[in-house]
Amino acid sequence: MIRELTCICCPLGCRLFVDDRHPEQVSGNSCPKGAQYAKNEVTDPRRTVTASVRVEGGELPMVSVKTSREIPKDRIFACMEKIRALRVFAPVKLGDVLLSDCAGTGVDIVATKTVERRMP
Amino acid sequence: MKEYEIVVIGGGPAGLAAALEARENGAGEILILERDVRTGGILNQCIHNGFGLHTFQEELTGPEYADRFVQQVRKAGIETRCGSMVIRVGRDRTVTYVNREEGLTQVRAKAVILAMGCRERPRGALNIPGYRPAGIYSAGTAQRLVNLEGVCVGKKAVILGSGDIGLIMARRLTLEGTKVLAVAEVMPYSGGLKRNIVQCLDDFGIPLLLNHTVVEILGKKRVEGVVLARVDENRKPVPGTQRLLECDTLLLSVGLLPENELTRELGADMDRATGGPCVNQRMETRIPGIFACGNVLHVHDLVDYVSQEAALAGKEAALWIREESGRETKADCRGEGIFLQAGRGIRYTVPQRLDSAGNGGNVTVRFRVDGVYQDSSIAVYSKDCCLVRKKKRVLSPGEMEQLVLTAQQQDLCRRQGEIRICVETGREQ
Ligand SMILES: Cc1cc2nc3c(=O)[nH]c(=O)nc-3n(C[C@H](O)[C@H](O)[C@H](O)COP(=O)(O)OP(=O)(O)OC[C@H]3O[C@@H](n4cnc5c(N)ncnc54)[C@H](O)[C@@H]3O)c2cc1C
Ligand code: SF4
Repeated sequence: MIRELTCICCPLGCRLFVDDRHPEQVSGNSCPKGAQYAKNEVTDPRRTVTASVRVEGGELPMVSVKTSREIPKDRIFACMEKIRALRVFAPVKLGDVLLSDCAGTGVDIVATKTVERRMP
Repeated sequence: MKEYEIVVIGGGPAGLAAALEARENGAGEILILERDVRTGGILNQCIHNGFGLHTFQEELTGPEYADRFVQQVRKAGIETRCGSMVIRVGRDRTVTYVNREEGLTQVRAKAVILAMGCRERPRGALNIPGYRPAGIYSAGTAQRLVNLEGVCVGKKAVILGSGDIGLIMARRLTLEGTKVLAVAEVMPYSGGLKRNIVQCLDDFGIPLLLNHTVVEILGKKRVEGVVLARVDENRKPVPGTQRLLECDTLLLSVGLLPENELTRELGADMDRATGGPCVNQRMETRIPGIFACGNVLHVHDLVDYVSQEAALAGKEAALWIREESGRETKADCRGEGIFLQAGRGIRYTVPQRLDSAGNGGNVTVRFRVDGVYQDSSIAVYSKDCCLVRKKKRVLSPGEMEQLVLTAQQQDLCRRQGEIRICVETGREQ
């Protein structure tokens, strides 16, 4: 199937056309970066997922988190389900692993913010 | 009254970077005043990634980017006072703030750096008929509720406005289980970054309806639906194109305005195109010793440029203290200098002025264009002489542009008393 994509590698935003059975054959790109982008998008598209998780006893009610690496695009919602079920306790430090191997992706969920314990 | 060398108003990325660079350049006692409970500014709620590619060569989330600066500020021993709202800045550089511990306090500074950021355009500015039911949020408020407070804003949402905040929130709501039916944009193009259109809308099959607007909001207590319509070239709804989308939430992503009450009260001259004060190449307003940087000056889409611009303001403030404070009149003696004229296709430039002294270095001019241009150039003229011409495959109002003027080029403009920046389209060259 021919897929139509927008290249995000520069502000020009070329319309790319790529056959997902022949990911080497890309048209519409104005430079090689676009061809590489299209190839990745049809063979192994990946994204970083970011979200917020509830913290018990923290100075803030939520701590922001991200996947430690990019995960396959089709695993985004599976990961979100795990992240949304997560509860953590303060203190949380930036970089702490809050969940390892999220939804079988081999990727961890890490805190992107420090949340100290709430002063009584 | 306690005296400081520099008081920075606002502890967002601009304020933090300005304070750090001022310290690097020898400023002594520095105080950062922040009204929120922690520093970091709007980045605390921008939990998505994509920050800092230019500054740190890696993709960070907003809170991580802020943290790098917060740590450095702490290490540098710069005094930071949170929960402290500045209510007045005087021309004599007295700063008045209120907080719970000290009540109303005044401090004096040799230089003041304005870094108050921006806030969202109030909804009143949009005239949409209908009641004012619950379920209508500005995109930034929704971002704060979802990301910082963990509130679910609704089950089905429509977003009006396709600026970056609207796009980011479309993805964020989708991930949290809210169905986003559409993003409507009244203009024929999106004001957001391409990357956000692809990764926030296309990834989740959310339609972007260009040339569309909300003409009616249904529901009395809670939003029950919105009526969308196509608009013509004059942004007037086209009869017969209405369609109803049933939803319980409407997000308005309708642009940001620099937060400049303090600046206006100070009597600084304001630029109507940016909504911020006019500055020279040192990021200095027309009032001696008062500098400005970041979103308070003009709305940025990339925080890296905020940090760069703020570092310049911090450095210049530190130099100003060393060279000129106590000799107030000298700042005025630098004279008017020359104004950068925003020519054809250019909406505004920052800085707006080159003062008559110059400092022998390069000047980075940041600007936005007024429409989408393809295969065109950006050109700088002084009288008939073209100083710079930069080819651009595409120019769009959503992406801030910049160019550099060397000391020689600035001097030529000063001698000729004119400098003008414009867009030249391919055919006309
Ligand atoms: C929703 C949103 C999404 C964004 N997404 C991206 C992105 O993906 N990538 C990217 O690179 N950039 C992004 N940006 C842009 C970037 O984050 C901003 O340009 C940057 O945060 C601006 O920094 P600032 O310090 O000027 O303003 P702010 O971050 O707004 O900080 C201003 C600070 O001043 C304080 N303040 C204001 N008035 C007073 C007062 N009277 N007294 C005391 N304190 C005061 C405020 O509380 C605030 O903390 C985004 C911006 C927004 C708004
Ligand atoms: S293909 Fe090349 S020129 Fe076109 S958008 Fe991608 S990076 Fe830019």
